[in-house]
Amino acid sequence: MTELWLLLAACGVATYLWRGPGVLLSAGIDPRSEAFTWISCVAYAIIAGVVSRMLVMPTGALAETTAFERAVGSAAALGAYFWLTKRNLLVGVAAGAAALWLLKL
Amino acid sequence: MLVAGFLGFGALAAAQQIPLGVAVASTAVIWALPGQIVFVEMHSLGAPLAALVIAVMVSSARFLPMTMMLMPEMRDERHRAWKYYLAAQLLSLSGWTMAVVRFPQMPRAQRLSWWYGFTLVLMLVSALSTALGYLGADRLPPLARLALVFMVPMYYLLILTGAVQTRGAALGLACGAIAGPLAYLASPEWSVPLAGVAGGSAAYLILRRT
Repeated sequence: MTELWLLLAACGVATYLWRGPGVLLSAGIDPRSEAFTWISCVAYAIIAGVVSRMLVMPTGALAETTAFERAVGSAAALGAYFWLTKRNLLVGVAAGAAALWLLKL
Repeated sequence: MLVAGFLGFGALAAAQQIPLGVAVASTAVIWALPGQIVFVEMHSLGAPLAALVIAVMVSSARFLPMTMMLMPEMRDERHRAWKYYLAAQLLSLSGWTMAVVRFPQMPRAQRLSWWYGFTLVLMLVSALSTALGYLGADRLPPLARLALVFMVPMYYLLILTGAVQTRGAALGLACGAIAGPLAYLASPEWSVPLAGVAGGSAAYLILRRT
């Protein structure tokens, strides 16, 4: 029990080892510099990479859905977000989940 | 929306017999859903402790470039240095994405206080969702759970496509979306930083060459 809490603390410290040095390293960076432009490209690419991997090659629970079901769900979410509503996130996300649900029924 | 992810995580922790307190605390201590999932999964597999800590760490490598990108945007002479180190602990995918969308319309001096307010609420709601998911795990039908899990990528898909304002952001997102699955084929455990560096560098080169 105590061991599990210590393990959690170690994981927290390990995660902070990316966060803290990030602050330190960013101190010398000018937001208009080339280095900063590259870093923001990497930051955007990381997030897009995670999301596209979840949709194209899902692991865990989403692995039970087919690529077609995920594509229809994504299309429903994008359609509801951009065309049906004026960028209402809640409606868009709900539309995507509802589409997946209906396909799975 | 984040709620969905942490509800799912709470349900997972309950299934793996992690104590409720540890599951909820991990939301504040690790504060990275992939890292928390690795923590729970590897612990239940009886993985070596050092391997577990390293795997959690690797899964969060994205925080380095994300922190490096965000901090200069919040920098203002009036704030003390330690506030940025605390702000870094509050960084998550959702908070970062929202900040990137909001900051251009926000005066620089207000950004750090907005960040604290927004991310602390995020963390509180996520901790509550973890507890709720934990306690409600058995009561949810599998299909409803699946729909909940699907909300996570949908949330990021919409917020990211809606957030595109600069060519750099658009190229970074596009190259990352292509690099993500390819990097996963090459190396699942290193795929996230690999896709980021490869996709981001490609985006940077395209941006500068055209």
